[in-house]
Amino acid sequence: MRKTYGTRIPGFSREHLRGHLIVVEGADGSGRTTEVELLREWLEVQGHPVVDTGLRRSTLVSEQIDQAKQGHTLGTTTMALLYAVDFADQLENKILPSLAAGSTVLADRYIYTLMGRAVVRGASREWARKLYSFALEPDVTILLDARPEILLHRAIAKYGSLDYWESGMDLSLSRDRFESFFLYQRRMAEEFDWMSQEYGFVRTDANRPPNLVHRDVRRMVAPIFGARLAEIEGPAAEEPVPRAAPARTSARPG
Amino acid sequence: MPEAAPTLTGPTGRLIVLEGLDGSGKSTQARLLMKWLQARGYRVFFTEWNSSELVSETIRRGKKKGLLTPTTFSLLHATDFADRFERHIQPPLRAGYIVICDRYAFTAFARDAARGCDPPWVRNLYRFAPVPDLTFYFRVPVATSLKRKLASRQKISYYEAGMDLGLADDIVASYERFQARLKREYDSLAETDHFTVIEADRPVEQILSAVRREVRPLLTGFPKMESLIHA
Repeated sequence: MRKTYGTRIPGFSREHLRGHLIVVEGADGSGRTTEVELLREWLEVQGHPVVDTGLRRSTLVSEQIDQAKQGHTLGTTTMALLYAVDFADQLENKILPSLAAGSTVLADRYIYTLMGRAVVRGASREWARKLYSFALEPDVTILLDARPEILLHRAIAKYGSLDYWESGMDLSLSRDRFESFFLYQRRMAEEFDWMSQEYGFVRTDANRPPNLVHRDVRRMVAPIFGARLAEIEGPAAEEPVPRAAPARTSARPG
Repeated sequence: MPEAAPTLTGPTGRLIVLEGLDGSGKSTQARLLMKWLQARGYRVFFTEWNSSELVSETIRRGKKKGLLTPTTFSLLHATDFADRFERHIQPPLRAGYIVICDRYAFTAFARDAARGCDPPWVRNLYRFAPVPDLTFYFRVPVATSLKRKLASRQKISYYEAGMDLGLADDIVASYERFQARLKREYDSLAETDHFTVIEADRPVEQILSAVRREVRPLLTGFPKMESLIHA
């Protein structure tokens, strides 16, 4: 039976959650969104219903989060809790019902990004861990590891600038956004290292092109489905990626 | 050389909390306590558990769509309290005010537990909130709470009555059952969290003098406003 990280969710039975929960984590620019799309495509081709989810997609408070980010008016504890509301809403109204319906849920980031952000901003690891102890344990969490220099270039190529929040400018690490970006990403990487141990992530080198990373991702996901996957190796390595990194110039990282 | 910054240590003020069921008379007492302290020259800051726009708006929307669960309800209130704490409670406390809170984290401990949330999980949410110097619990029978609520002619709200729990179809019956649950939670918190229990099913003057008696020891050696703004 599926487990949460220690705290039960009132009103939910875990018995009927038949689907699989797959999490992809990684910094902005690690190729996360591309990998999620490739994985989704692959699973659907094999006949698995997939529901995708990510952060800041709940209808409950996403507007408030946007407003707070615009105005920079909320304190760090308040902000951390507001993100938790958003996550809880997604978990209860989207992830759990989808799993109960037998779908595979593909999460483009999960509690770990939120925990990392909170801890880097002064929360204790213990507090963050307990805060999210109502979250469901994924079948697998794939961490895309990319060096800060690579992230930097991908961010500039994609948006033409470095995002205020992804550079951790609110932390006053440096007034220079370029320097702040490095300092912030290094701190986030430390948290991901710690969580990787704590929660047992599987990691892959995401400094490489998307199709090579995708091949790893398939291998990481395959054991969950066992015999229900027709082809594991597939043509990923040789063929060009079906739908390569889509241009997403309008969207900002969450 | 720049002048030395004021030392930033932990809270130097006093934190006084009033808890109890609706209709226990705590808001009346909170106001009278504030007036009494102010008249004696203390700097006082008063704050209530009122929902901010963020929470009331979200709850309205969530209710309409049937989206709120005990977990999101609990987290929303923790968010709201954190905002109030970071904005309105922490700064005056550190500046040396007497901060009076009409409801505090204990309200959430009681309500969330009554809704089935895991108590240690809820406690962890509120770990940023310091333990008050004094926590009053205005204890009244559920019947008194209900009687006062009905007499006030305020509409009983959906969540106040715990209607989301499906305890009863009728809102008054649900309110009564939900308040009974809350009372059990408060009674047990009174032990674990060392509440100062005030039997509040009594005339206002009697309660008032009981409250003052408990507050007086906190004021020993506590500086008044005058001494701070005219050094």
